[in-house]
Amino acid sequence: MKFTLSWLKEHLDTNATIDEISETLTRIGLEVEEVYNPAVGLSGFVTARLETVENHPDADHLHVLCVNDGTHKYQVVCGAPNVRAGLIGIFAPEGTLIPLFNERLKKAVIRGVESCGMMCAVDEIGLGTDHSEIIELPADTKIGVPAAQVLDIDPVIEVSITPNRAECLGVRGIARDLAAAGLGSLKPLNIAKTPAVFANPVKITVECPEECPTYTARYIRNVNNKAETPKWMKDRLNAIGLHSISPLVDVTNYINYDLARPLHVFDADKLKGGLVIRMAENGEKFTALNEKEYVLNNKALGICDAEGVQCLGGIMGGLAKGCSADTTNVLLECALFKPECIACTGRHLQIDSDSRYRYERWVDPKSNISGSDYATALILSICGGEASELTIVGTENYQAPVVWLRPERVENLIGMPVSAEKSMEILNKLGFETSLENGRIKTISPSWRGDIEGEHDLVEEVVRMIGLDEIPAVSLPHNKFPKETLTPMQHNAMIVKHELAARGMYETVTWSFADSDLAQYFRKGHEAIILENPIAKELNEMRPSLLPNLLTAVKNNVARGYANVALFEVGPEFSGRHPQEQNMAASGVRAGQTAKKDWQHSARDYDVFDAKADALAVIAAAKGPVENQQITLDAPSYYHPGRSGTLRLGKNVLAYFGEIHPAVLKALDIKTRVVAFEVNLDNIPLPRRTQGKARKKLELSAFQPVDKDLAFVVDKSVSAAGIMAAARNADRIHITDVRIFDVYEGENVASGKKSVAIGLTFQPQEQTFTDKDIENLMNKVIVEVNKKTGGELR
Amino acid sequence: MENLENLKNDTLQKIQAASNLKELDDIRVSVLGKKGKLTEQMKGLGALPLEEKIAAGKALNVVKAQIDSALSAQKAVLEEKALNEKLAGETIDVTLPVRPETQGRIHPVSKIYEEVVAIFGEMGFDVANGPDIEDQFHNFNALNMPANHPARQMQDTFYLSSNPEEPFDMDTAYVIRTHTSGMQIRTMEKQQPPIRIIAPGRTYRSDYDATHTPMFHQVEGLVIDKNITMAHLKGCLYDFMKAFFELDDLPVRYRPSYFPFTEPSAEMDIGCLKTKTELKIGAGTDWLEVLGCGMVHPNVLKAGGIDPNEYQGFAFGMGIDRLAMLKYGIPDLRTFFESDVRWLKHYGFTPLDFSSMTGGLSNNGGLAR
Repeated sequence: MKFTLSWLKEHLDTNATIDEISETLTRIGLEVEEVYNPAVGLSGFVTARLETVENHPDADHLHVLCVNDGTHKYQVVCGAPNVRAGLIGIFAPEGTLIPLFNERLKKAVIRGVESCGMMCAVDEIGLGTDHSEIIELPADTKIGVPAAQVLDIDPVIEVSITPNRAECLGVRGIARDLAAAGLGSLKPLNIAKTPAVFANPVKITVECPEECPTYTARYIRNVNNKAETPKWMKDRLNAIGLHSISPLVDVTNYINYDLARPLHVFDADKLKGGLVIRMAENGEKFTALNEKEYVLNNKALGICDAEGVQCLGGIMGGLAKGCSADTTNVLLECALFKPECIACTGRHLQIDSDSRYRYERWVDPKSNISGSDYATALILSICGGEASELTIVGTENYQAPVVWLRPERVENLIGMPVSAEKSMEILNKLGFETSLENGRIKTISPSWRGDIEGEHDLVEEVVRMIGLDEIPAVSLPHNKFPKETLTPMQHNAMIVKHELAARGMYETVTWSFADSDLAQYFRKGHEAIILENPIAKELNEMRPSLLPNLLTAVKNNVARGYANVALFEVGPEFSGRHPQEQNMAASGVRAGQTAKKDWQHSARDYDVFDAKADALAVIAAAKGPVENQQITLDAPSYYHPGRSGTLRLGKNVLAYFGEIHPAVLKALDIKTRVVAFEVNLDNIPLPRRTQGKARKKLELSAFQPVDKDLAFVVDKSVSAAGIMAAARNADRIHITDVRIFDVYEGENVASGKKSVAIGLTFQPQEQTFTDKDIENLMNKVIVEVNKKTGGELR
Repeated sequence: MENLENLKNDTLQKIQAASNLKELDDIRVSVLGKKGKLTEQMKGLGALPLEEKIAAGKALNVVKAQIDSALSAQKAVLEEKALNEKLAGETIDVTLPVRPETQGRIHPVSKIYEEVVAIFGEMGFDVANGPDIEDQFHNFNALNMPANHPARQMQDTFYLSSNPEEPFDMDTAYVIRTHTSGMQIRTMEKQQPPIRIIAPGRTYRSDYDATHTPMFHQVEGLVIDKNITMAHLKGCLYDFMKAFFELDDLPVRYRPSYFPFTEPSAEMDIGCLKTKTELKIGAGTDWLEVLGCGMVHPNVLKAGGIDPNEYQGFAFGMGIDRLAMLKYGIPDLRTFFESDVRWLKHYGFTPLDFSSMTGGLSNNGGLAR
């Protein structure tokens, strides 16, 4: 909501400065977003008279002036054509900051003549764009006066109006609030009654009094819509960003912003028959002023003539029966519509208008007749013509509900005592009727306030006027001994981020949305969750996995010249469209090499074992099982079928890891190999709360362990995990560690076979091993591995 | 015996002159070896009469001891020399760089989350989580925002059809939560007062420019008890802001505002100093809006199953990304979600940078590498 200072002063009698007004507005809840005050840039500029004007000795188009600012005389060189002795204008002495150039004026020598200052054109002081001549002030203007005092400057103030303060969508409402805050007094609104010289020839019928409790209409004949809108009105409309269109349109716009009172004007000659206010029929069509056609339903309120809906009540007029420059007879509508009805239709048809904006918030139900009178007087004064009697359907007998305020409730809510008298005084100033009955304050809100429903609303009014800064700040009482703030789940999500960062990965945050074109590869058997109104085509689906976004990030970084990328994200992925059908994922990607080339040649390509290590690290960080999980080879289809795996605990999937399928990379236009992991943090079982913190007792053996190596030849399809498990299970007491230190295929190993070398640690328990003991253990391993995998000792 | 004296002097001289361990050992062998000169003299002792044998033996042993001692002294000298020569040959250029290591980063959004949790945790708050896809009851209606409420338009909502088989119906559709305020309701549904929670999370609005992204992060706060007033609201948020910005004093102001789910409602500004090149939080000439807050509206308490005649409290909501921008001087919100490794490296936090009120909120992870 914008307005100018002079406009405000039309309603508010005040001596307050623009800064005081601005501070007060913000303090009482009408937040000032911007004050555009051209006077701020006028510091240093003064009025001055040209004492003499002489031709420049060395230039045809320049003059040498003697400028008098009342205290000094200055020599100034000037090129403006309108200079003459005696002219009073705006002078900028040396050192003045010139708004147009944002630079301080310096003394200059122009073609050999010294110039000590400047006589200004409109553009140079930031009040317009005209540069053709210097400003000429009336002959009786005093000289030596600051320019801001003599120029016609009207600062523009923009405030943000919250939805509950509908009356402040009019300048008068803002003036009233300022008056209540003690910043002046509200001027009475004097609206002249225009004598009616004929009866309204248009019959008005309201078929839906619930949605349209009051409808007034006045016929005005013989208006001249080609007349000029008065300058003051044009200036104010321009200042708030509305263009002058025609007097009839300008008057309705002006009153909309002056009194928050929407109006509509029909070209009466275009109307066929009487006006009927009714609910539209389902499927009925309507072409609005914005030249768009809308299909209405029976919740929309139509102002109709014999040819159908001509105005969408309270929202937008129709194209067919609107005013044009040639309009001579008009029907002026000033009505009240039910806010819910306007909001519902506006929302479904997605039409925004100043009128809808006001009606769906609150329009003063007692402003129909006065609003019509005001508009009629303005139209007649600008366009001439004669007014009919006012047709009123329905009544204007609005009665606000009684709302009670327990005086002590103010202190209970705001934590600071406020007397009943003080509360009543504030409410009275805001237009409430109050009386004290049995210790309680009975209030009736003014008709322009539709937002007062309960006691808390009244408390808000009181505290708003007292000022929130008056309330003391009291720290929350410490009501319990501190305990851990995060749940185990929340803590896991946090700790895995630090784990992955410690593993050299960068955490990123990507949209919860994904591009369906990419996301289609990553859905795990569920439907696509497509938004109805995505902000962009690439953000149209709730992501089924974090990978499409992470892979896109890889692509973008590679394109920027960063080929080695290790990124992870911890966030939601979605498996269904219903609330809660989401899980917390910790996923990551690595592409390129572990580092750039270095002198020790330590950099290497990322491979699937990096992704597997990341997944295992995440599970461990989240206190998931590291021992008894299984690895199965059935990762989703977006992974490389031969280089991926699934980590499971029972039937629950804890994680997937692997190389991304080359076909998927191709579809994403990624040319480098990428390995990835996805851990479903929600599937990691939480430690039982009853589990104690004490560690298992450390049993240290007195006997030295023995390391032995064995190599087996097995079928290529035999898994390393199978060999290790078999070896371990050969003697669970004495074999404490099994490692794989070599896998070999090729010469000396039959085709279809591979050689796997394992390292074993044997731990004596009761006494040092004899050679025989060790041989027995080795034999147990050889037998068990052979039994489980068919492996032969190499 | 003159012979012995000569041998001693000659040998000691040779030992002194030995320039390497081999030479030294040759000397040892030539004097003390099986056929060494001194050994030969020792062997000759047996032929002497007893008295002479004793005297000569004594003299021989003295000389042997002297030579032994000289040998081992010279051996130590030569060994040290040899080691020094060996080490000199092993010299490498230690100015060469170390093996490459990548230090990862924590995203500013996670960092701020941890700081916020640390501060409110100290004040006895728990952390609540909720779904990103919400029903309209929790996102709007229960928050005193019925279908036609104008405040709904202030939030450009993303909709998700609740049943894709049927024509889209805006009134029954799910929404992608426009704020974390729905967590107020979800918390009250599960828990009776006293309540102290914060609910951080992703939020979504259809808006995209330098200060708006379609996804952003908020943290909601809710405190409900019997005697919680607006004075506590002010105290709690002042305590938070001071702790968060790590300042001993921070000017704040509150402006009346409007949110359907609180009444009275307010917005909180903090003091700052804006110059052409930087924004400094603290005492200054300007104000920065940091959050919206207010006393929980009785209709919201009712919707959450709490008796507004018995309980009251306050709620607040603030932008996590915005807090990050203000505290750490990050200029553009959009860059938070671009996954640019240069940005992540520069604005991200080191892996060990944990936050706590007792151990410090920020800069706990050492220097970024």
